[in-house]
Amino acid sequence: MRIRLMDIAHARSGDKGDTANVGVIALRPEWYPLLAAQLTRDRVAQHFAGIIEGGVDRYELPNLKALNFLLHGALDGGGTLSLKTDAQGKVFSTALLRMELDIPDAEAAALGLPGATT
Amino acid sequence: MSRTVRVAGGQGFWGDWPEAPRRQVDGGPIDYLMLDYLAEVTMSILQKQKERDPAMGYARDFVGAMESVLTAVADRGVKVIANAGGVNPEACADAVQAMAAKAGRAGALRIGVVTGDNLLPRIDELLASGHELRNMDTGEPLSVVRDRVIAANAYIGSTPIVEALAKGANVVITGRSTDTALTMAPLRHEFGWGATEWDKLAAGIIAGHIIECGAQCSGGNCLHDWRDIPNLADIGYPIVEGSADGTFVVTKHPGTGGRVSVPTVTEQLVYEMGDPHAYITPDVVANFASIQLEDAGLDRVRVYGITGAPATDKLKVSIAYKSGYKAVGSLVYAWPDALEKAQVADRVLRERLDRLGLTFEKVLGEFVGASATHGRLAGDAGREAPEVQYRIGVRDADRKKVERFTREIVPLVLNGPPSVTGFAGGRPKVEEIVAYWPALVDKTVVRTAVEVR
Repeated sequence: MRIRLMDIAHARSGDKGDTANVGVIALRPEWYPLLAAQLTRDRVAQHFAGIIEGGVDRYELPNLKALNFLLHGALDGGGTLSLKTDAQGKVFSTALLRMELDIPDAEAAALGLPGATT
Repeated sequence: MSRTVRVAGGQGFWGDWPEAPRRQVDGGPIDYLMLDYLAEVTMSILQKQKERDPAMGYARDFVGAMESVLTAVADRGVKVIANAGGVNPEACADAVQAMAAKAGRAGALRIGVVTGDNLLPRIDELLASGHELRNMDTGEPLSVVRDRVIAANAYIGSTPIVEALAKGANVVITGRSTDTALTMAPLRHEFGWGATEWDKLAAGIIAGHIIECGAQCSGGNCLHDWRDIPNLADIGYPIVEGSADGTFVVTKHPGTGGRVSVPTVTEQLVYEMGDPHAYITPDVVANFASIQLEDAGLDRVRVYGITGAPATDKLKVSIAYKSGYKAVGSLVYAWPDALEKAQVADRVLRERLDRLGLTFEKVLGEFVGASATHGRLAGDAGREAPEVQYRIGVRDADRKKVERFTREIVPLVLNGPPSVTGFAGGRPKVEEIVAYWPALVDKTVVRTAVEVR
């Protein structure tokens, strides 16, 4: 089945200079391994291709059921230099949650994902 | 039950809710009120104010905040810790004393003033003695922009605040303290944590990180279950109940709105996070991968398990320098075909700038309501969008060029595509850009001083 990241995770984003960070948190602890498996650095870099200018770093926080992504070159220079509406990267969080994931039906059902048929 | 110390967060930035400090001292028992006023660019704004008037250069809002909590501080023993001093902590203390004197409580405040973070007068001395103050992001030495530097402050840690409390201060005013030290220092003071008790210091820092953005950990700006977070109009700001062993509970006053839960605290923990394994502060390197959160009842989250590693031998320095000019203007295009009209306006405006021979370091056009924040991920806004705001900005070292640009937007109302409104602001203002230059300096060169008056 296909599912939106929005339906299995929440997120918050912020800035450090020209880098936006997005922390993605599993809505249920048992969904964290799925997030960790699906949200690879390459996958997130591909999602933001053309939107950010630099690379992506990825960190795992299993204790918080969260992943942290650093999106470099995301903010037109950042802070006071930036001409962007979202100069501080506040809504990169929901931009990431737009991502769609393909999950095998059996796995989706076993994890109790929203919309999965059992 | 072992003793706990209650540190309440009352301001998350300069401009936060004016009601919050008073609500924190009136809503229930607290020991400390922590007020964070400084963001990266704030110091440069304050430096400019001080250049115009030597008695300025601090967060003026703090005087009003102190007035609103004066009785609690004078009569109930609540202590206040704030980095409101900006580039002029002494003047800030004078203003607070003057306010207290006017209220007939001159003797009630013992104000600890922390100084020594301001490196602006010492920049040339530092550069001459081999401290290059290289930009942490680009690697360039500060000498490249030296003549444009207008503020330079080292981020200082908890030690001078602890010293001020030990000397009997009931109000501590600092300049560029780290936001997190404002919370960790009172815990360290109360529990007598040593300078190498890394795990406890790290716990105090993480407590600080959780409450340094005010209500952003207690239901504000919270995506998780946002519709059902109760009563945001009456939102409760956060409180840390710290214990001697470094564990703590995050909560808020009973009966207030908002929510403190594992999800609301987790969202704040990941906010502005870099490498979670190494959250570097002047006091300790905290490990966010060690944090354990536990639901401890209604609006209570217990935090434990935190570890830290020895501090580095550097301090981060926040340097502000002048970096050209910018201007941003906007127009609103209405249905039908609002996006297409806004896109035509963008092409027309750019062609006119070309004809004038005006080029800029950067020109950015955005379509608010279609793609400004999520770009192509937002999909096609379609022909039916009720309105789209066309927002265009330019940035350049030459003020005259930016000035000329500001005259090219409003004419589009009569000589560009139709169904346009939203131009009441007229020509946009040209802003001078004060940019941020993060650097590191050896800890040994920064000498803080504490005076209790």
